[in-house]
Amino acid sequence: MTRAAGSLRHQQIAFLIMAGFFIVAPLVIYPVFLMKVMCFALFACAFNLLIGYVGLLSFGHAMFFGMAGYATAHSAKVWGFTPELAILFGTASACVLGVLVGLLAIRRLGIYFAMITLALAQMVFFFCLQAPFTGGEDGIQAVPRGKLFGIFDLSDAKAMYPFVLAIFLGGFLLIYRIVHSPFGQVLKAIRENESRAVSLGYDVDRYKLLAFVLSATLAGLAGGTKSLVFQLASLTDVHWSMSGEVVLMSLVGGLGTIFGPVVGAAVIITMQNYLAQLGAWVTVVQGIVFVVCVLAFRRGIIGEIAHAIKKPL
Amino acid sequence: MDIFGIPTQALFGQLLIGLINGSFYALLSLGLAVIFGLLNIINFTHGAQYMLGAFVAYLLLNKLGIGYWWALLLAPVIVGATGVVIERLMLSKLYKLDHLYGLLLTFGLALIIQGVFRNEYGSAGQPYAMPEQLSGGRNLGFMFLPNYRAWVIVASLVICLGTWYVIEKTKLGAYLRAATENPQLVQAFGINVPRMITLTYGFGVGLAGLAGVMAAPIYQVSPQMGADLIIVVFAVVVIGGMGSIMGSIVTGFGLGLIEGLTKVFYPEASNTVIFIIMAIVLLIRPAGLFGTQK
Repeated sequence: MTRAAGSLRHQQIAFLIMAGFFIVAPLVIYPVFLMKVMCFALFACAFNLLIGYVGLLSFGHAMFFGMAGYATAHSAKVWGFTPELAILFGTASACVLGVLVGLLAIRRLGIYFAMITLALAQMVFFFCLQAPFTGGEDGIQAVPRGKLFGIFDLSDAKAMYPFVLAIFLGGFLLIYRIVHSPFGQVLKAIRENESRAVSLGYDVDRYKLLAFVLSATLAGLAGGTKSLVFQLASLTDVHWSMSGEVVLMSLVGGLGTIFGPVVGAAVIITMQNYLAQLGAWVTVVQGIVFVVCVLAFRRGIIGEIAHAIKKPL
Repeated sequence: MDIFGIPTQALFGQLLIGLINGSFYALLSLGLAVIFGLLNIINFTHGAQYMLGAFVAYLLLNKLGIGYWWALLLAPVIVGATGVVIERLMLSKLYKLDHLYGLLLTFGLALIIQGVFRNEYGSAGQPYAMPEQLSGGRNLGFMFLPNYRAWVIVASLVICLGTWYVIEKTKLGAYLRAATENPQLVQAFGINVPRMITLTYGFGVGLAGLAGVMAAPIYQVSPQMGADLIIVVFAVVVIGGMGSIMGSIVTGFGLGLIEGLTKVFYPEASNTVIFIIMAIVLLIRPAGLFGTQK
């Protein structure tokens, strides 16, 4: 009990450091860049909820991220939704898509699960390529950020930043809460030994589906927010390479750690920023990072730190 | 002459394209199934290795003046050799871990290979000339059949059935199947299982390279040619189930045909029809048409 309380304390301190960083950072770092990091951090945390705590590797999470982006952008631009409603609508779309995909994907395990999510995501990609409301290759451009609750104008980065920060921290705390809840404990039990969880009387498929839908929904929250930050929803966000990127972020930060995906997202986004002028070499570098992580650095950054201080982070 | 209001020329033309695509689906999913059987990993690099096969053929022709027929032999060997290196240096370190790490590693390798070629050759395709012996075609009365396409279909059928025969009917195949079931026991009988695993990966990858050479004259040789294809092949594998070799051959050709038919009757869905079929199969028979649920 005391040990559990001790490790929770560590995580609380780490959370305060993270929150403090994102509050102070816009004074020295370009805010739009930070908002991008936060969106991807939330996306990676949502993805990690599935691989880290249920042991399911989704290779199609871009469909939730990108679809929510389209839904948010469309509702804000065409229907004139206020930003909070637009994001809510985007998140809800990702949730519905999550239920549909989840019902199919959890029927198989392991690498089949990965292949199925990848294939279904590709289907969503082709849907987005052809559907009239997505704008095809152009995407939905010049999405208005609008006025929060119809009052606060978000078009300035100074106003947008606290809004994104609140969404990121809210989403993060929700994931933290899920992981530490009795529900989260059951998920871990399923990851460790599925047949035993079944024999203990848990309806494993229902737990998996719920975890999948939660992960999809939170990925949608991240995608919807991102589309308002950049005022753009495009095919990039539903492409399979985006699904690969979020896997990479979680892997670099540490699969199954709470803070790993945030650090991983920050590292990968920073890397992309610095390497942007190198063109296709970015892909090569990402591939090399993948290979090195899998061969020699499987715990990831936060995983290594947690291992060194012997406390879960 | 019309069938269901579709001119027969168009109908058979699309069916032919479907069969061609099906040949590649079958060759690639066969390779994936062979690799999966023994290594228990899904080879995400497969699409990149298919592209590699096409590029090796292209480079052999343009740098060394070596033509199609030699490329058909050399490219699979070269691609297979790179596979052997990858297996020895990297994949062999992962067998004791969760199979997902194999997927992540091969995904990373695919990014590297495709990225390097994109830097070198850009995204545009390079043309690769058809071998002279197979240019031209013949008129079958109801349609025009280009010789090269007929060759691709026949050749891939022969290769697929040959692989099936070796695995299901020969002594070597019996070792392979036994090692799939119980590697420790097979090792105890004095068979070098690690080497068998290495060569199996090399062979599976070589098949992808061979498919790449055959594809080069039909599609253009481009760095991205395998990237989207491999996802479709994954869906094919899920539909067929990886339990049986014959299953992946039949599913590959069958789905190619269905895709061709979709192009005739409802072109909007031609990109997605295989994924839709996958969803339906998952609902009705989660283990796949020819698979057994483990």
